[in-house]
Amino acid sequence: MSVLVLAESSKGKFKKSSFEVVSYGKKVAEQLETNLVVLTINATENETLYKYGAEKVLTVSNEALATFNVKIIANIVKQAAEKEKAQVIVLDSNANGLYVAPLVAVNLDAGYASNAVALPSSLSPFVVKRKAFSNKAFNNSEISTEVKVISLAKNSYGVFEDEVSGTSENFSPEIISTNLTSESIEQTTGKVTIADADIVVSGGRGLKGPENWEMIEELASVLDAATACSKPVSDLGWRPHSEHVGQTGKPVASNLYIAIGISGAIQHLAGINSSKVKVVINTDPEAPFFKAADYGIVGDAFEVVPKLIEKLKEFKANNA
Amino acid sequence: MKILVCISHVPDTTSKINFTENNTKFDSNGVQYVINPYDEFALTRAMWFKEKQGANITVISVGDASVEPTLRKALAIGADNAIRVNALATDGFVVAKELAEVIKNNTYDLILAGKESIDYNGGMVPGMVATLLDYNFVNACVNLEIEEDKATASREIDGGKEVLSCNLPLVIAGQKGLVEEKDLRIPNMRGIMMARKKPLTIVESTTNETTTATTSFEKPAPKSACKLIDADNVEELINLLHNEAKII
Ligand SMILES: Cc1cc2nc3c(=O)[nH]c(=O)nc-3n(C[C@H](O)[C@H](O)[C@H](O)COP(=O)(O)OP(=O)(O)OC[C@H]3O[C@@H](n4cnc5c(N)ncnc54)[C@H](O)[C@@H]3O)c2cc1C
Repeated sequence: MSVLVLAESSKGKFKKSSFEVVSYGKKVAEQLETNLVVLTINATENETLYKYGAEKVLTVSNEALATFNVKIIANIVKQAAEKEKAQVIVLDSNANGLYVAPLVAVNLDAGYASNAVALPSSLSPFVVKRKAFSNKAFNNSEISTEVKVISLAKNSYGVFEDEVSGTSENFSPEIISTNLTSESIEQTTGKVTIADADIVVSGGRGLKGPENWEMIEELASVLDAATACSKPVSDLGWRPHSEHVGQTGKPVASNLYIAIGISGAIQHLAGINSSKVKVVINTDPEAPFFKAADYGIVGDAFEVVPKLIEKLKEFKANNA
Repeated sequence: MKILVCISHVPDTTSKINFTENNTKFDSNGVQYVINPYDEFALTRAMWFKEKQGANITVISVGDASVEPTLRKALAIGADNAIRVNALATDGFVVAKELAEVIKNNTYDLILAGKESIDYNGGMVPGMVATLLDYNFVNACVNLEIEEDKATASREIDGGKEVLSCNLPLVIAGQKGLVEEKDLRIPNMRGIMMARKKPLTIVESTTNETTTATTSFEKPAPKSACKLIDADNVEELINLLHNEAKII
């Protein structure tokens, strides 16, 4: 028996969310009184996982796995799960994690709970709390199959250190053939992505036009944050679609979400509910965002944001 | 080309979410149901193929009779026929098995779905259908082109896009970008009239072994009131974010 976690890496390095799934997996393994096994693919710093409780790291290195092929990876997870007799498989909820998880569930004939936000509240029956209704509620989902697949919602559990003296083992799974081929990858250069960001600075229609986004970008750069926007802003072509957050856009689960000139319509809030702290800057004291936010400034973005940038720069200089 | 579009029947995006029977059942009282927004992108892309390259579109939903108005709406938008699998869609894996069973008995070149439904947000049905049938699958799909039996699709990745190619049959889980939002269709009068005459077939369920079940629902704890900060005193915001929220 074991708990198996797939820890994703990018160019060999683990993402912060990988440490979160490992931390979560470690705790589930403790609950089940079993071991944690972490599967990595072409990662270079496998030992760093010991710090988060990985007793055993199964390492796969293979040139053929340089790009993420969902069918191949799902099959490798299956082979690892069978080898390690995994009872529970934990995956990330980033783009690749959500892509592969349902395939893993079918491969192992396992019940799957996505968007999990907490440790199982009961082991028999096995019940895990997950987000539903676009973050407007949760459901407690009982998984009744012998093997269980969980994808953990980002920033919902946290990263916890739990140093163990782990071991690594090379694993050479069979690589299945597929005709699903990656032709190219286009990465938006350099900037922090909404999925990885701890802080997100977001602008709405209140900013009047794309020419006013410079101050949003500057604020984001001072805070080392990602930029985002409301739906009408991307519909109008002021900002790329990839920045649209909300129910029909991207979900944001950052530590801090700053909404500037955004009204706070229910569909927008659905996408940002899981952010820990929300700040709103809006001229209209009646804007619904004030009901959802933790901190608010009733004021004109064109006056408040430049001041905020200036003061933040001072703060950074003093706290460097 | 034969296209199948999977349609989920969900509470409209502005719905207030409530539960009954000791928080074990979703309260559908006063809730308006719509085509799942992500599925609308898929249906619109299917219409695009029909108009540009010629295609026959079937829409399918797993559910009881209450999902039929949603299927009729899809027919009014331009699908050619509809299938309802008579089963309650409480478990994504079961839904996928029901869909796979129908697909096995027909031949579709392309199966289009949305990347998740906005009620249970499982994000699992399309990938599961593809795997049950050993078809190719592209998640979070933002572009799709078909030429004969070859597909080129783009998916959204963290901070970018990946272009993939594969053979048909293919299952796609679509999202915004698959079509422009301004191209989404609203049924017109003629469409609505025609939809009444289009075939809606009811297929009996084939699976009853569930893998998951909701034991209860919860709503997020009510949050404390927003702390208002004077617009002339942005230092106070920085101070609160630093000392109270401990974020910066
Ligand atoms: C099916 C469906 C799905 C949807 N999905 C999404 C979604 O995923 N994401 C999303 O965002 N929306 C979504 N919407 C749209 C949503 O209902 C709102 O229309 C949208 O969020 C409003 O965006 P906004 O707040 O930027 O614009 P507005 O509603 O125009 O609000 C602008 C705000 O800016 C304020 N303002 C104006 N000038 C200033 C200034 N100088 N300084 C400060 N504040 C100022 C105003 O007081 C106002 O509150 C969806 C709608 C539907 C029907």
